[in-house]
Amino acid sequence: MSLAQWLVRRAGGAVVVWLLISFLAFSLSTLAPGDPAQLMLLRRTGDAPSETEVVELRHRMGLDRPFAARYVTWLSNASRGDLGESYRTGQPVLTELRTRFPATLTLALTALLAGLLIAVPLAAASAAARGTSLDHAARLLALVGVSMPSYWLAYVLMLVFAVMLGVLPVSGSGGLRHLVLPSLTLALGSAASITRMLRANLLDELGSDYVRTARAKGLPGHLVLMRHALRNALNPLVTVSALRFGRLLGEAVIVETVFAWPGVGRWMVESIYDRDYPAIQGFVLYIATVFIIINAIVDLSYRVMDPRVRLGAAATA
Amino acid sequence: MMRLVFRSRAAFAGGTIVVALFAVALLAPWLAPHDPALVDPASSFASPSAAHWLGTDNLGRDVLSRLVYGARWSLGIVVVATALIMSMGVAVGVVSGYAGGLLDDVLMRLVDTVLSIPTLLLGLAIVGTLGPGIGSMTIGLASIWWVGYARVVRGLVLTLRERGFVDAARALGANDRRVVLVHIMPSVLPSVAVLASLEMGELILAISGLSFLGLGVQPPTPEWGAMLNDGRSFFFTAPQLVLYPGLVITASVLGFNLLGDGLRDALDPVDALRLGRSGA
Repeated sequence: MSLAQWLVRRAGGAVVVWLLISFLAFSLSTLAPGDPAQLMLLRRTGDAPSETEVVELRHRMGLDRPFAARYVTWLSNASRGDLGESYRTGQPVLTELRTRFPATLTLALTALLAGLLIAVPLAAASAAARGTSLDHAARLLALVGVSMPSYWLAYVLMLVFAVMLGVLPVSGSGGLRHLVLPSLTLALGSAASITRMLRANLLDELGSDYVRTARAKGLPGHLVLMRHALRNALNPLVTVSALRFGRLLGEAVIVETVFAWPGVGRWMVESIYDRDYPAIQGFVLYIATVFIIINAIVDLSYRVMDPRVRLGAAATA
Repeated sequence: MMRLVFRSRAAFAGGTIVVALFAVALLAPWLAPHDPALVDPASSFASPSAAHWLGTDNLGRDVLSRLVYGARWSLGIVVVATALIMSMGVAVGVVSGYAGGLLDDVLMRLVDTVLSIPTLLLGLAIVGTLGPGIGSMTIGLASIWWVGYARVVRGLVLTLRERGFVDAARALGANDRRVVLVHIMPSVLPSVAVLASLEMGELILAISGLSFLGLGVQPPTPEWGAMLNDGRSFFFTAPQLVLYPGLVITASVLGFNLLGDGLRDALDPVDALRLGRSGA
């Protein structure tokens, strides 16, 4: 299959997934208890609205139309970049998401980078010294790392660096110093999980034939590790990073709340507290769109970089 | 299999932690020194003492007793959620893998779709829409968590379907129902059990995280995440109210992770030996 054919197929698949997610996101609103029109009036005036007011607003919001019709309207608006208005702020949902997403992206990317910087050397050292106390210590550390709730780690770091040592701000945003604690919280969890995966990959590679050949021809151990095994073990790291990035966005919701970081995660939690359904639906579709694009780029990068995938029949998805 | 579990020190340690947790949950009324809901304003924020080993919280409630009773809620919800997830995942996975065809395509497309959004975010959106509470949290998490199981089970069924013993059963006149229940399920369930023990730690983190955000278990119920959320307001004066529940959550998740890793290695010793995980 040529690259062009593959691209068309891949894009088609992505559109189907996007449509399904938009349907899931829109269906969420039918799960919501209570009537959105009633809630909105209640929020605006503070006391119970009359029946006629509710009926009138339902009509104006289009809530009296059948589900399928509302979905089609919402979808066609969404595909033109209109995710509706937030009940809470009255601002377009997409504008709210766009202003906040960079803060979350900064947080997630610095955390991912820091996580990789910790994980790669740790996993290499652990795999090279397999079975020693260094290896055991690294593995235990990584296991404890993946077992810790991120919001709890956030408070532990806050206690140590902001309260006891007083070297970093407790929360808020503005400047690099505010970024350190939230991204460190997320980085440590990621580092633990990446270390576990990478160590297993490395041991896999170290047991393979080409490593035995390299050893047999007398190449020193550290060169075998760095030049041969590590290089191949790093390949799946692109996928791991993409997966990790998804986890990071999920955990960012909680960590942003703890550190009052002005990203989409905290905004989502506030929208949930306020039952701001257009915001919740818009958020799901927005994040899903981001992920569909990331996944497509990851697939494409494999296709371009790895000759086995490029030439193999496996790349039909 | 049990011999392998015991040979692995990590799995043994994990198993011990998990058994101890369930024992604490079952025996909570006898283990807890005080009533976990007993409010005593006169002794709020008390330091650890003989009467209150871990001190008291803002309302003078005994922290240790609340942590002990918390095991009931945290583990209880995880067990119920896991049961729901396993039944949905196994049902869809078996149907998809065994039936194949259009049904399989549709179901797997649904699985792909759910997997394409970060689990925590989708869970948060569903629970947030349903409204806070234990019921909506359990339903919300179960409604997305089953997809991973469905995919694994489908893969297993696809390979099992082609095996000789299934053909033999069919040749002897067994119908589809009998083939699935008697011949395929027994080979699927051990893998599902391992997957469940690997995922339980993750599920505990998700449940306590949602409760921490105020969307799951509501105060004054002594669930660990909810306790941590309660303690947040007093973090600068009484950080122990945040630290203790977090330690307990970490220890529990660690227990399930150790056990899950160990079981996986025990079930697949070839893979374990190759990756050098069996001896540790």
